[in-house]
Amino acid sequence: MSANSWTIAAARDALRKGEISAVDLTMACLTAIDAGDALNAFVHKTPEIALEQARAADARLRAGDAPSMCGVPLGIKDLFCTKGVLSQAASNILRGFKPEYESTVTAKLFEAGAVMLGKLNMDEFAMGSSNETSCYGNAVNPWKVDDRLLTPGGSSGGSAAAVAADLCLGATGTDTGGSIRQPAAFTGIVGIKPTYGRVSRWGIVAFASSLDQAGPMTKSVRDAAIMLQAMAGHDPKDSTSADLPVPDFEAALTGDIRGKVIGIPKEYRMDGMPAEIEALWQRGIEMMRDAGAKVRDISLPHTKYALPAYYVIAPAEASSNLARYDGVRYGHRAKLAAGDGIVEMYEKTRAEGFGPEVQRRVMVGTYVLSAGFYDAYYNRARKVRALIKRDFETVFAAGVDAILTPATPSAAFGLGEMADADPVKMYLNDVFTVTVNLAGLPGISVPVGLDGQGLPLGLQLIGRPWDEAGLLNYAHVLETRAGFVAKPEKWW
Amino acid sequence: MAIDIDTARKVAKLARIRVEEADLPKLAGQLSGILGFMEQLNEVDVTGVEPMVSVTPMRLKRRPDVVTDGNIQAQILANAPDAREGFFAVPKVVE
Repeated sequence: MSANSWTIAAARDALRKGEISAVDLTMACLTAIDAGDALNAFVHKTPEIALEQARAADARLRAGDAPSMCGVPLGIKDLFCTKGVLSQAASNILRGFKPEYESTVTAKLFEAGAVMLGKLNMDEFAMGSSNETSCYGNAVNPWKVDDRLLTPGGSSGGSAAAVAADLCLGATGTDTGGSIRQPAAFTGIVGIKPTYGRVSRWGIVAFASSLDQAGPMTKSVRDAAIMLQAMAGHDPKDSTSADLPVPDFEAALTGDIRGKVIGIPKEYRMDGMPAEIEALWQRGIEMMRDAGAKVRDISLPHTKYALPAYYVIAPAEASSNLARYDGVRYGHRAKLAAGDGIVEMYEKTRAEGFGPEVQRRVMVGTYVLSAGFYDAYYNRARKVRALIKRDFETVFAAGVDAILTPATPSAAFGLGEMADADPVKMYLNDVFTVTVNLAGLPGISVPVGLDGQGLPLGLQLIGRPWDEAGLLNYAHVLETRAGFVAKPEKWW
Repeated sequence: MAIDIDTARKVAKLARIRVEEADLPKLAGQLSGILGFMEQLNEVDVTGVEPMVSVTPMRLKRRPDVVTDGNIQAQILANAPDAREGFFAVPKVVE
């Protein structure tokens, strides 16, 4: 088995034993990346940086100073600012942007010895659920069942495709409404969105600041624990980052969940949900019960209002955050006609630089924040958000330790299939994941089975605030019992 | 609430995004669809509920109000589409 297909845990052990060097492991990934261009996952390759970091990692490994991520080759979502390396948030408005600084997450990963192979495709400004809004073109799902090319999901579609196709051992993702968990489910990998504040947002291009959170996308739950350990922790540069100790996540994977209470929310049983998703959910419930957990039916009564609340709050925050793209300080500036003033410069720059979905969301956000509509839309949505959060607090207070739900309402769909659909139809992809962002909770997607066509399906576990350790353990139990080992057949 | 063409034009202006007249009807239709989806929020009884302002119930960290960096003019300007003599350059704003 070629080294690029290893898990992080396997690579760590092999690197420490000297069975492979970080340079050789990195070379295996770089070779796989060059052979994987059809997936359009890596949009900026950084082989020189990767090999330099790998050589440094080998020196640390020889010196016996090797944290778990030392020498592990990763892909980095284009949303993360990486010093001197193009960081464009998959948007034409950031064309040519090379940050002068390093995001906290990538800085922490590099301090831990991780290797950056390159930057990964995504939806523009993380706005999308299919990676079809990217300025780089679509990322492609390595899973295929017929002639159609399938979406890897979004917004972290490049990250999901790269990990699922073994182009890298793990990847960073970000999740504002499901952007880690939905693509993880579509590609048969693991993705965790930590509690809001667990991972620093500093240096990550902002979409909706009260919802955004970064997390790892990996081939196993253990890998997610190892990689999250290196990403998490307090950062004085992000005032919303939590000054709380970070527990040992890998040590939490005991596999013992006897007596724990797993809640099954009745509101997640949606009308028109495919029978396969329902059956998968039932299997997951049985697995938790077999492992000794107590399964309890619960109610989260405001669930159906999560999507409309999200599509007020996220665009409102985005319209503010994206105001900075004005053609003055970085990125694209439109060519101006004679007599054009500064307002024409702003308007032309933003019309040329932002794609249609980003323009729509910025305008929706502008509208809901405008005088006369602020209370009717934005404040009402924030009140509904408070109620959604209260729903979760109520069930946790009643003794529920974690909640099990489907991760997505369907398996991966074909690229282009939603092109003529109403924008709202695409938003429905986030129906099971968006509540978690609104409530600031940790959530993880675990691959559990294949559908009738042979495409991966995932289940989501939602944890108590700051209980990523417990959540990873529940996920580990689900993963072990599901025994999902399928891999996409290589066609690229 | 349906968004008419005038409102779509006004929103585009507020958002500083140039939208051609011919594209306004389609934009108005899409914005109306999205806002129609949001109308569901009116079904919720929010009496006495405070709007959520922070995700986690913690006090934001404070730090001494002192300068922590500086003297990085070249870095600040490095990505500017047009920088001259240590400044960001833009079209003339005042006559």
